[in-house]
Amino acid sequence: MSPRVVFPNKILPYLLLAPQLAITLVFFYWPASQALYQSMLREDPFGLKSQFVWFDNFARVLADPNYLNSVRVTAVFSIATAAVAMVTALLLAVMADKVIRGRGLYRTLMIWPYAVAPAIAGMLWLFLFNPSIGTLAYGLRWLGIAWNPLLDGGDAMVLVVAAASWKQISYNFLFFVAGLQAIPKTLIEAAAIDGAGPTKRFWTIVFPLLAPTTFFLLVVNTVYAFFDTFGIIHAVTGGGPGKATETLVYKVYNDGFVNLILGDSAAQSVILMVIVIALTAIQFRYVEKKVHYG
Amino acid sequence: MATVDLKDVKKIYAGGVEAVKGVSIAIPDKALCVLVGPSGCGKSTLLRMIAGLESISAGTVSIDGKVVNAIGPTERDIAMVFQNYALYPHMKVYDNMAYGLRNRGTPKDEIDKRVRETAKTLELSALLDRRPRELSGGQRQRVAMGRAIVRNPKVFLFDEPLSNLDAKLRGQMRVEIKNLQRALGVTSVYVTHDQLEAMTLADQLVVMNAGLVEQIGDPLDIYEKPASTFVASFIGAPPMNLLALTRGGAGRMPAGSPEEMAAVGHGSAAGSTALASAAPMLTDGSVVPFAPQAAATLGFRPEDADVTHGAEAPGGALAIPAAVEAVEPVGAESFLYCAAAGTRIIVRVHGRATARPGDQLRVVVRAEKLHWFDQAGKRVG
Ligand SMILES: Nc1ncnc2c1ncn2[C@@H]1O[C@H](COP(=O)(O)OP(=O)(O)OP(=O)(O)O)[C@@H](O)[C@H]1O
Ligand SMILES: [Mg+2]
Repeated sequence: MSPRVVFPNKILPYLLLAPQLAITLVFFYWPASQALYQSMLREDPFGLKSQFVWFDNFARVLADPNYLNSVRVTAVFSIATAAVAMVTALLLAVMADKVIRGRGLYRTLMIWPYAVAPAIAGMLWLFLFNPSIGTLAYGLRWLGIAWNPLLDGGDAMVLVVAAASWKQISYNFLFFVAGLQAIPKTLIEAAAIDGAGPTKRFWTIVFPLLAPTTFFLLVVNTVYAFFDTFGIIHAVTGGGPGKATETLVYKVYNDGFVNLILGDSAAQSVILMVIVIALTAIQFRYVEKKVHYG
Repeated sequence: MATVDLKDVKKIYAGGVEAVKGVSIAIPDKALCVLVGPSGCGKSTLLRMIAGLESISAGTVSIDGKVVNAIGPTERDIAMVFQNYALYPHMKVYDNMAYGLRNRGTPKDEIDKRVRETAKTLELSALLDRRPRELSGGQRQRVAMGRAIVRNPKVFLFDEPLSNLDAKLRGQMRVEIKNLQRALGVTSVYVTHDQLEAMTLADQLVVMNAGLVEQIGDPLDIYEKPASTFVASFIGAPPMNLLALTRGGAGRMPAGSPEEMAAVGHGSAAGSTALASAAPMLTDGSVVPFAPQAAATLGFRPEDADVTHGAEAPGGALAIPAAVEAVEPVGAESFLYCAAAGTRIIVRVHGRATARPGDQLRVVVRAEKLHWFDQAGKRVG
């Protein structure tokens, strides 16, 4: 170990750290503790006085069938979004790896959707699939498919999943392309000589070697589906019809800012915070030190 | 088990690079054919065409008499050892070796038997449960060999398999590969740019240069009768000394001293003037006897030369005046680096060299040890 460098000035290090600490305190710890505090308060209907109720809000939230519905919706939505986004991206990346002519153009075009803001992505999909004005909705009806995301919860879920994963495909695509390029070509050649056809090569060589990338993307996509899809849901369905697309994050917003049930909303956001911390811990534990081969 | 026949094989890459420009080689059954040549001469390209990893632009490749141009690597029944070994990093050694057998639907107990047998011959039995990253370079090399052997293919292909090993291990593995190949009797093609590896391994040596075959044959035949200046300078270490010859214009006096002419048995000093006008000379002007008509380059191997300090030289030999520049003793032999006729020549002498840097002496080569090459670099005589 190299000897430690010791600076004589005792105050300077703290001064240098101060801005960072201030930002973290003001923008994270303060709101977080506010949320925590708020989650243990109950306000009267007119917002005139509030009462400290310990964990009552949590108990009520967790017993609320609407909340449990929201958990279920979030699970379905996240798993579907992550799965669709990753499988499609992998498929496209594998095909892009085979493209020789116009490779750069193809890849550039693939990356563009990532630059579209979530709400706008949602609007695009909404326009395309709106039952009364959507071009593609018209096509679906023409094919004899009863399609109405404004009335049918299942259709609405399909629509938000499509919009959310469409936006994430580009990101996944980039990582998969890089992951594929990192696999030495000689390995594929060795496998071919060892008698493995293209499909077998993919499942026995390429896919296992992509595992670190896939795992990383799984975490990123889950976090994305949990927390970054508010804009899309807000624009496309507003959590409806009924509560068919009301995810946990959307419910926090709905209860807190629309229905003004601040105590419940705060309790929900504290639960979400715990989920984020858990996901981040998993990410650090496994993704940071990835599964390295070679 | 199989012969490999290349007929006028060409490879033009998509970018227009002509990497192989028409190569024909007939590799007999059970032979170890070594492709040797400088970097970029198309050895790997040729090997990869035999493997089916590169398409063949023109000509035919046949294995066991059957043209395989249109057959993919999966169906060619060959095995290849790559320079970087290309072991599957996520599989244990056992699975690396079993992979090819599994793909071909070999029964499980048969796979197990063969993998364990092969592991035993290659002393890998203790390593079967490890992953490639937990192995040393030499062990990885063995696993790569094992993966090739275990399948019992028609042809083995090696692309510089030893180039990532240290010198000592390379020597060991070279012997081992040779023995294994003999024992298994599998036709093999081996690519290297190391001429020592090429000489020691080959049953059939193919010297390549710039996409073309320079010479094919038994390694010692090639060593003794190189077909061109390229082969002469590529095979053998240190390489053959090559000296350019010029034909003196009329009336130009050779710079060689009269007694030298006498020493090489070329008559009197008086006669040499007349002879010199048409006779080939070295660039320093000394006349070279014995040269065939077409000769443009003179060559001799460092081990065929000797040095003499005295004026007297044996008959039937060429004596070139030279100045010693450096002496390199390596134990059993010494190398003298001499300046002569405008170039550097290397002489190998047994044991300790008596010459010192700065000495003026003469390099003596017997006439029958001289090689002659024409203007195009092809062998004459
Ligand atoms: N995929 C490719 N596309 C275009 N040109 C190529 C390709 N692969 C090789 N070449 C060219 O073909 C020529 C022969 O290459 P090759 O790899 O066969 O050389 P080599 O004899 O194996 O050399 P080395 O000893 O360095 O491995 C080189 O000039 C190289 O630049
Ligand atoms: Mg090569």
